[in-house]
Amino acid sequence: MADPRTSIIPERLSRVRRVVAVSSGKGGVGKSLIATSLALSLAERGCRVGLFDLDFTSPSTHLILGANDVQPTEDKGLIPPKVAGLEYMSLVYYSGNEAAPLRGAETSNALIELLAVTLWNELDYLVIDSPPGIGDALLDLVRLVPQIEFLIVTTPSRLAFETVKKQLRLLQELKIPVVGIVENMKMTQASSVKQQTEALGIRFLTEIPYDPAVEDAIGNPQKLFSTAIGRKVRELSKTM
Amino acid sequence: MHEWALAEAVIKTSIEIAEKEGLAQVTEVTVKIGNLQQVERPILRFALSQLRPSRFKDAKFRIFTAKTTLKCRVCGNTWVFNKNSLDKETVEAIHFVPEVAHTYIKCPKCGSPDFEIEQGRGIWLETIKGVK
Ligand SMILES: Nc1ncnc2c1ncn2[C@@H]1O[C@H](COP(=O)(O)OP(=O)(O)OP(=O)(O)O)[C@@H](O)[C@H]1O
Ligand SMILES: [Mg+2]
Ligand SMILES: [Zn+2]
Repeated sequence: MADPRTSIIPERLSRVRRVVAVSSGKGGVGKSLIATSLALSLAERGCRVGLFDLDFTSPSTHLILGANDVQPTEDKGLIPPKVAGLEYMSLVYYSGNEAAPLRGAETSNALIELLAVTLWNELDYLVIDSPPGIGDALLDLVRLVPQIEFLIVTTPSRLAFETVKKQLRLLQELKIPVVGIVENMKMTQASSVKQQTEALGIRFLTEIPYDPAVEDAIGNPQKLFSTAIGRKVRELSKTM
Repeated sequence: MHEWALAEAVIKTSIEIAEKEGLAQVTEVTVKIGNLQQVERPILRFALSQLRPSRFKDAKFRIFTAKTTLKCRVCGNTWVFNKNSLDKETVEAIHFVPEVAHTYIKCPKCGSPDFEIEQGRGIWLETIKGVK
């Protein structure tokens, strides 16, 4: 007759003021680092923030945060543990160090399950790290989360930005709010991404230079803020 | 204990359906729970009885467990899930998110994790009966 889980999701998120999914049509552009830095920056500014890793098949945010030996508490639902000041949820609590080889319908089902049983506190922001692509995760967020907004990441490469433009047009057609675009891993002064973004009527949020120091900051949230990503995203968080 | 969260979902959905079908009183709600998720029936039943709104005050909650059949997408083998071959932590992980079965369970015939949960995954609202 009916899957009972979906109807409870809006209620589970009703005490969350803004839900921001960091997303990109393209992979490897810096979504996980930017999502984590954004969540940390907002928390640093005194906001109550959750971080939800929706990249079930290749989660990364637990590595960036250096989250070890934490598990949700089971009460009348799952209560996310605090990691670096964030209410933090990820499938790795349950899949551990092994692969979670999931097909599309299965990732949707896992997402519905987690959204239905996770009890977030009152939050100012829930930041979501998305898997790459314009597929299951994006469509599920649009379908299931009433207050969803997207922050889109691209690189200067046309191979990234051409896909991202399609993603932006799709979100505009669906009337889903887009916070803006972040251009990551910049190595030149070229301003074409900025110009084209603004021509689409979308905010160009910031550009982040390529910074080889990022690798060394993985697993150390404080160190992240001494890299270009951390610094730029911290600035950006002030304008949210 | 997270059965409570699932019970809340069952009640919320039941209310929505009862409203849509114009049922003034709900007399019976049938819930199916897939064996894979290992939902604790007594807790679910207790939670449902605690959470019921007045429209459900005479409702009987029927809860039944469905066996879980898994079908390998590689070799076509079909088998029945049995928790006894898994350790406690694994059963618990699958209890919270049944999809992580794909992390821990392989096709007994060919070893693939690429199987379909044909039936008996998790919680499902089967039927609602009532009077208009
Ligand atoms: N500004 C930068 N300077 C240097 N390296 C960077 C920068 N941004 C990202 N990287 C590196 O690029 C790689 C991809 O980053 P990240 O995992 O955050 O991307 P992603 O978009 O989440 O990838 P996926 O699509 O696989 O989820 C990482 O190795 C990261 O350290
Ligand atoms: Mg990522
Ligand atoms: Zn097989």
